[in-house]
Amino acid sequence: MGLEQALEGSVVLSRLDRAVGWARKYSIFVYPFVTACCGMEYMSVASSHYDLDRFGAALPRFSPRQSDMLLVVGTISHKQAPILKRIYEQMCLPKWVVAFGACASVGGPYDNYATVQGIDTIIPVDMYIPGCPPRPETVLDAIMKLQDKIQHEKHTPLGQRIEE
Amino acid sequence: MTGDAAEFRSAALRKLVELFPDRVLHAHEQHGDATAVVPREDVLEVLQVLREDVDLDFDMLTDECGVDRDGHPERHERFEVVCHLYSTRRSHRLRVRIPVPESDPVIDSLTAIWKSANWFEREIWDMYGIRFRNHPDLRRLLLYDQFEGYPLRKDYPMTKRQPLVGPKN
Repeated sequence: MGLEQALEGSVVLSRLDRAVGWARKYSIFVYPFVTACCGMEYMSVASSHYDLDRFGAALPRFSPRQSDMLLVVGTISHKQAPILKRIYEQMCLPKWVVAFGACASVGGPYDNYATVQGIDTIIPVDMYIPGCPPRPETVLDAIMKLQDKIQHEKHTPLGQRIEE
Repeated sequence: MTGDAAEFRSAALRKLVELFPDRVLHAHEQHGDATAVVPREDVLEVLQVLREDVDLDFDMLTDECGVDRDGHPERHERFEVVCHLYSTRRSHRLRVRIPVPESDPVIDSLTAIWKSANWFEREIWDMYGIRFRNHPDLRRLLLYDQFEGYPLRKDYPMTKRQPLVGPKN
């Protein structure tokens, strides 16, 4: 505080981790990988009534290269799994993955030959949202928890995330 | 044949039995739904008449699906192909069941009679491994090329998984 006062309020000092985390958590670019009925709930969250924009995560990008949060919304079949994995690999760092709903999290009611039993068998997942489908409030809660996680990530001096 | 053909409430089923007394292996009605069992050798001939006869006039194949009757006490053969027919003009329905033996799971394609049979038969091929003779494009419909076996057969293990990526089983 002493230094900030000495420079008459023209600078703000912070830890790099805190500054980078703060910047990132309020500019989440979502890639909605929507495959099933949960998509309706995602639309509800994204549109004006629940308004994901309030959390800085409003802008869906339909290119994985321009996004940093992969929102897997709905059932993933084994046929689709390689596509999902490829989308994940195409995303630039830093990136986060959210499993939206019971199917993406654990396969949901579909314990059969066709369905992936949770996308964490294919790609790493940061946040699981329960529900079939989840209430919009649950999604917002997950977004806030993810923001909290992003805020507390460790970074190198160049801003790269340090995986723990 | 179950019951007297003349007593069927469905005019379509009465007519079918009247036209093909030897070819309909079995016919019955339950809760207003009429069903006839037809041997696979006569499928094209019988179903062509079902479509073209003015009284029957089944112009729409609403569904065609497979059944695995493995272990069922009243089966004709292990597999069945079931067609659900509807007449848009006469507004009546008929279900036609065609037994298919396990040793030779082949049946004539209905695509020449109803075009909608195309994808139904591709799905049956995919799920039950029943092949359709003279189908124009008998490729898989839903599963991936690497998939082995037929998942809706009763002897396909319920817990067997064939993931393309990720851990096996």
